[in-house]
Amino acid sequence: MSTALANESSVQDTKMLVNDFSIEIGTVNGSGSQTANSVLMRTIFQMGVPVSGKNLFPSNIAGLPTWFQIRANTKGYVARKAIVDLMICMNPETAKDDVLKLSPHAIVIYDEPLKLNTLRDDLIYYPVPFQKLVTASCPEPKLHKLVKNMIYVGVAGQMLGLDMNESKLAISKQLNGKQKAIEINQAAVDAGFAWAAENMPPQNRLRVVAENKTKGNIIIDGNAACALGAMFAGVQVVGWYPITPSSSLVESLIDYAEEYRRDENGKLTVAHVQMEDELASAGLVLGAGWAGARSMTATSGPGISLMSEFIGLGYFTETPGVFFNVARTGPSTGLPTRTMQGDIELCAKCSHGDTQHINLYPGNMAECFDFAYASFDLAERFQTPIFVVTDLDLGMQNWMSKPFDYPEGDFDRGKVLGEQELAEMKDWGRYKDVDGDGITYRTMPGTPGGKGAYFTRGSGHNAYAQYTEKPKDYTDLMDRLRAKYETAKSYVPKPIVDDTGSKRGVLAFGSSDSAVMEARDVLVDSFQKKTDYLRLRALPFTAEVDAFINESDVIYVVEQNRDAQMKALLREFYPEAAMKFKSVLHYDGLAIDAQTIIDQINAFEK
Amino acid sequence: MTTTAPLIPTNRLGLTKQDYVGSKSTLCAGCGHDSITGQLINAAFEMNIEAYKVAKMSGIGCSSKTPTYFFNQAWGFNSVHGRMPSVATGAALANRELINIGISGDGDSMSIGIGQFMHTIRRNVPIIYIIEDNGVYGLTKGQFSATADLGSVLKHGSVNELPPIDPCTLALELGCGFVARSFSGDPKQLNTILKAAMVHNGTCIIDVISPCVTFNNHDSSTRSYKNVKDHDFPLEELGFVQFSELEQVDIPAGESKSVTFPDGSKVMFRALRNDYDPTDRFGAMKILHEGAEKGEFLTGLLYINTEKPNIHATTHISDTPLVHLTQAALKPGKDILAKCMAELM
Repeated sequence: MSTALANESSVQDTKMLVNDFSIEIGTVNGSGSQTANSVLMRTIFQMGVPVSGKNLFPSNIAGLPTWFQIRANTKGYVARKAIVDLMICMNPETAKDDVLKLSPHAIVIYDEPLKLNTLRDDLIYYPVPFQKLVTASCPEPKLHKLVKNMIYVGVAGQMLGLDMNESKLAISKQLNGKQKAIEINQAAVDAGFAWAAENMPPQNRLRVVAENKTKGNIIIDGNAACALGAMFAGVQVVGWYPITPSSSLVESLIDYAEEYRRDENGKLTVAHVQMEDELASAGLVLGAGWAGARSMTATSGPGISLMSEFIGLGYFTETPGVFFNVARTGPSTGLPTRTMQGDIELCAKCSHGDTQHINLYPGNMAECFDFAYASFDLAERFQTPIFVVTDLDLGMQNWMSKPFDYPEGDFDRGKVLGEQELAEMKDWGRYKDVDGDGITYRTMPGTPGGKGAYFTRGSGHNAYAQYTEKPKDYTDLMDRLRAKYETAKSYVPKPIVDDTGSKRGVLAFGSSDSAVMEARDVLVDSFQKKTDYLRLRALPFTAEVDAFINESDVIYVVEQNRDAQMKALLREFYPEAAMKFKSVLHYDGLAIDAQTIIDQINAFEK
Repeated sequence: MTTTAPLIPTNRLGLTKQDYVGSKSTLCAGCGHDSITGQLINAAFEMNIEAYKVAKMSGIGCSSKTPTYFFNQAWGFNSVHGRMPSVATGAALANRELINIGISGDGDSMSIGIGQFMHTIRRNVPIIYIIEDNGVYGLTKGQFSATADLGSVLKHGSVNELPPIDPCTLALELGCGFVARSFSGDPKQLNTILKAAMVHNGTCIIDVISPCVTFNNHDSSTRSYKNVKDHDFPLEELGFVQFSELEQVDIPAGESKSVTFPDGSKVMFRALRNDYDPTDRFGAMKILHEGAEKGEFLTGLLYINTEKPNIHATTHISDTPLVHLTQAALKPGKDILAKCMAELM
């Protein structure tokens, strides 16, 4: 090929990147690229190299541009990498921009008619006659559009030294054993590979070499992980309304429940109802929680806004329920298919009046599972709405993980009185704090025996659930709710702290974790800057957070929003430390990357 | 048999009517809502309802305050404005043995909550859904509601220029299997309808015209006691016999039609107008529309269909109330997690 290696001399100056590079594939939404991209990612994963996959998709069914980013990294850094090393251009509409954004020495595989090699001379170009290859390999013209993407799997596989036996396994897994589809796709991969072997000059820039770092691991997205957690937590009632990026959480749950949550008659032990809107979903969650079921919904920021009246009702009437917020870029419709940690303050204090909620922030797949499971215990222990806050990056992207540990032990159903206990009690008040921990005893409708009935109301109520407007009744209630929030500090997941004694703190949460871990290593290796790291996993802030703040001279609060929402909460709860907090912010809709964190911390310390 | 009759009558559960009351009403003296509360107490007493199985659900407004005035031994949930139906749906799914009684108003159900009203009917959630309909927002001191009749005049003189929404025709359109209208001033009819509703295993929409004595009971209001009395036309003579009492009741053959509920209870009816047949949905729609044109309040059991599958059937949930399932039934085992993990490797 005459056009390849346009800039050979400079290429020779750059070192080979083995098991440490990123691939970006630009395709048209709805063209079937998802299968090809997954096969490429899984092939690398099956070769034992840590990998992550991020789908940057539009709010569209078919036709708009979409990108898939694969990062292979031997050290296990799986955050988004801003620099692309191999660009595969399949979308004529974006190909030019896709090439112009690249750093020098990147490799470009492109559909030959696009003639991208004239755009710059500091890249390595590989034009591929995709149409010709797909026509030759696939006898059915109507499938050409869908199979065309599999050609680049073969081309890239040959170029990167992938083990094509692994890609064969990946295809079979991806297509779930459907023999005809497997054959057609495999033929396209083979055609791409054969063509590349014969026609493409070898490159010495990017290489995948088999390792042993992924054996026994799974690849999963956070929504499926949360769904599994909820299923094992015994969720009984689910109300939901479709919204990106949360829909697949409930859809996964339904799939799992249909298989694993049936009684001896084959009937479901969990009710799931697609409601008419998010308000109704929240109402259903509270109604079910009040009646004694473990209940949940999953939504995103706009849904939380709609649910906020009900969430206040849940807080004030002390009704359990789990609310998953898979956050996306706001405000308003925002960028509905992009990520953001944008609802931190919204979920911390959702609803009118004085409200404070327990929030859980899973930072990886195992925590999505564990915290989803724990949220149902917390909801019933504290008789209140619990937020599990993830985001699109955690929820919908592909993450490598160790298999989840089975949640041993019994459910914590909290303080519930049955017929027997009620019969033995002299004096019971639904909102009477007999244990001094702010948590009162509740009863379920339908409990026989003639005792325990009470009236739940969103209006002022006293310890016996009677209507009141008396000032002292109100302040007693509000102070007890705050005391209950204090009690929660010893129940929520504690932060993960890595203290190096540097007094230079980094505080982050949720999907920022992988980028922070990478940034901390680079800060040590390249800038001789040690940092201490606290990864926050819940609200309310616990004693470990108090200690970390006390021991640090400066705390870089890393978050993926414009307004430094977590820093605002920290400043509210730790006013005396307000000046220690410095913000590292990222809010362009893409997942945060390590370089952003490194650059902003360095800028503070110039 | 004892020789002296008991002083206070008891029902089959050995309970007196007093066992079904609640706390004292704080509504205005003479409020139609209190008559509805009274009939709920009578019907439950007569139907031997176990109060602890009742979930009293409501939204916001004068009507929604009334669940505290009946069934002291039942649990109640006064939720948010217009959203009672979704809360009741959650409770119904959690515990299918609960008897849901939802008390709403025309403001609560025909404006802010009309969406939930409609979707509850569509899902056929088992609930006795009573709309205490006075055409006015009482608790905020007398604004028109969406059921106020065209040309209706408020106490202070403002005239309603918008057409009303009729909960009953809407419910019929949505396929509701139990649609009734009654009048708080007709206790006998209301009592019969409530008893029938207590055995119907789906959504029962009961629109009860209930005049607001404070804001909407003057001569130019169409929802005043006088106007409703003058324009109340019962569609049929109604009778109800509970299954357990069927053998003791002599049902005259040929004189009336009847519909049997899944539990064996029967509701009987004899048409008073146009051979009215409450099992004929299209006929019901026609006569209701015609009545509305003439300014008549047609009351009675407007439509009944006991065959429609309810939400428990369409969600395919366990016959055991979900809240009674133990951890063993709810938490899949270690082997299942291992299987799920293997599929993701």
